[in-house]
Amino acid sequence: MTPQELRAIANHVRRRDLQAVYEAGAGHIGGELSVTDILTALYFQTMRIDPSAPMAPERDRLVLSKGHTALALYIVLSERGFIPKDEIATFLKPHSRLNGHPNRVKVPGVETNTGPLGHGLPVGVGMAKAAKLNGQNWRTFVITGDGEMQEGSNWEAIMSAAQFKLDNLTLIIDHNRLQQGARLAETNDLAPFAPKLAAFGWAVEEIDGHDMEAICEALAPHTVTPGKPKCIVANTNKGQGISFMSDNVAWHHKVPNQEQYNQAMAELEEAAR
Amino acid sequence: MNAPFETARLHDCRDAFATTLEALAAENSDIVAVCNDSVGSSKLGGFKDRFPDRLVNVGIAEQNMVGVGAGLANGGKVPFVCAAAPFLTGRALEQIKADIAYSLANVKLVGISSGMAYGELGPTHHSIEDFAWIRALPNIPVIAPADRVETAAAVRWAAQHDGPCFLRLSRVGVPDLLPETFAFEPGKADLLNEGDDVTIIANGVLSHRALQASLILKKQGIAARVLNMSTVRPIDAGLIRQAAEETGAIVTCEEHTIFGGLGSAVAEVVVETRPVPMKFLGVPGIFAPTGSANFLLDEFGMSPDGIASAAADLVGKKHNRQ
Repeated sequence: MTPQELRAIANHVRRRDLQAVYEAGAGHIGGELSVTDILTALYFQTMRIDPSAPMAPERDRLVLSKGHTALALYIVLSERGFIPKDEIATFLKPHSRLNGHPNRVKVPGVETNTGPLGHGLPVGVGMAKAAKLNGQNWRTFVITGDGEMQEGSNWEAIMSAAQFKLDNLTLIIDHNRLQQGARLAETNDLAPFAPKLAAFGWAVEEIDGHDMEAICEALAPHTVTPGKPKCIVANTNKGQGISFMSDNVAWHHKVPNQEQYNQAMAELEEAAR
Repeated sequence: MNAPFETARLHDCRDAFATTLEALAAENSDIVAVCNDSVGSSKLGGFKDRFPDRLVNVGIAEQNMVGVGAGLANGGKVPFVCAAAPFLTGRALEQIKADIAYSLANVKLVGISSGMAYGELGPTHHSIEDFAWIRALPNIPVIAPADRVETAAAVRWAAQHDGPCFLRLSRVGVPDLLPETFAFEPGKADLLNEGDDVTIIANGVLSHRALQASLILKKQGIAARVLNMSTVRPIDAGLIRQAAEETGAIVTCEEHTIFGGLGSAVAEVVVETRPVPMKFLGVPGIFAPTGSANFLLDEFGMSPDGIASAAADLVGKKHNRQ
């Protein structure tokens, strides 16, 4: 798939996300818009997956550790054929399997239940270790938020991934510089991430997390350093694609009103042209 | 105390766990062991020698340990995640909830040296809240075997069970209670002694003390039924109800706080089906003083004499009500 095609899908995912948040009256739109390009590249370009066989043993795995942005994952899964597209309309509705955080027991394509932060990377380490033990070459990808990296469990996992030489594991940090209540820098400033991960024995690459060519290249198998887990520090914007949400801490989980919705949709439609 | 068993051979159930796990691992290459630097205390030395690649030691990092277990299960492995029970359950409780129970990961949680097995090391190392914590979560059978035979049987069951479970093992030596032919079935209690005056329900290292108590009571003319209730969840509601109906009084004994553990689980059944007088023996909601595991069990009224005395009192209360 060409970068242009991937960008068109990502734009569609953003519009569907905006509409679903607006209709549901809830969601984490800021972080969904920051991670959308990464999810699109993974599901439509990088990962070896088959929507008709979501439990195939040698599938690539994606763990969305920032589980509060589940809606973006649901939409990408629906666009990729794991769940029906019209099911997105049930997001957060009573008894919908699409609740605020992804559930592997109910939603095909979800690998582990996330929500509490700092859970995905340890599970990803276990997946990658399993592939090594099995002698299989499937890959494991984990996406965390940058604020989420404040959870100590991530650093436990970072140590063990290096110790186990898990070059089949890729961590993508969605570095949008904002956490729920304030800027990362004003809260517990872990940035810059690259030297910290490198000091723990990881191969690190820093990219523009909205540049589709750069994302695809960083995720490509040939960029893996043998014997080292890989971290991609993806510099992103919370609320990417919508001017008044972009890099604005107010839009962590705010819901647009009618006027804001119209403007946001107009901006995304303009970008699609 | 311990009169009938003074000369009996005592066994560390960790040995039965380790021997059984190694035998199963030899048959099933998907079985792996995960630990937090606890190779020695989890008795995984033999496993490490025989299957070095399949021992995943994450270092002293319990949250990661449980998450790694969930990931290994996702990748088709059958992980036995082994650590000292207080750190496995307390430190990693949210991982157990989200990554194991909610995600239905096929992970076998093995809490070693549970209860007050670490004795003198003090309350930081006691695991007397784990029944309450883990049984509050859906999807995880909670099992505290009483002897080496039941330990081995429970490990074999866990290995073939498609789903998570929590095995709560001790390091305190216990005599044999169950026959070698014993077949473990989760949620099914075992009748260790027949009796109609009172029922004593126990598990883990306390089951043999409960049985000793029944011998003391017999000399007093009290016929005590003894149930080894190794599975705390799902609880054997049928045998509990039957015990309430047929004996009219129930004493529970657990190496656990009396808040939320075996006694509470039994009481939940009793009050909804056949309310009868009960006595809860266990740690009475305090941090234990210094002492060995066996000293502390005695201290908290769970010597055979202490259990017998509590049961005799309860029989008196039962008759006063009638």
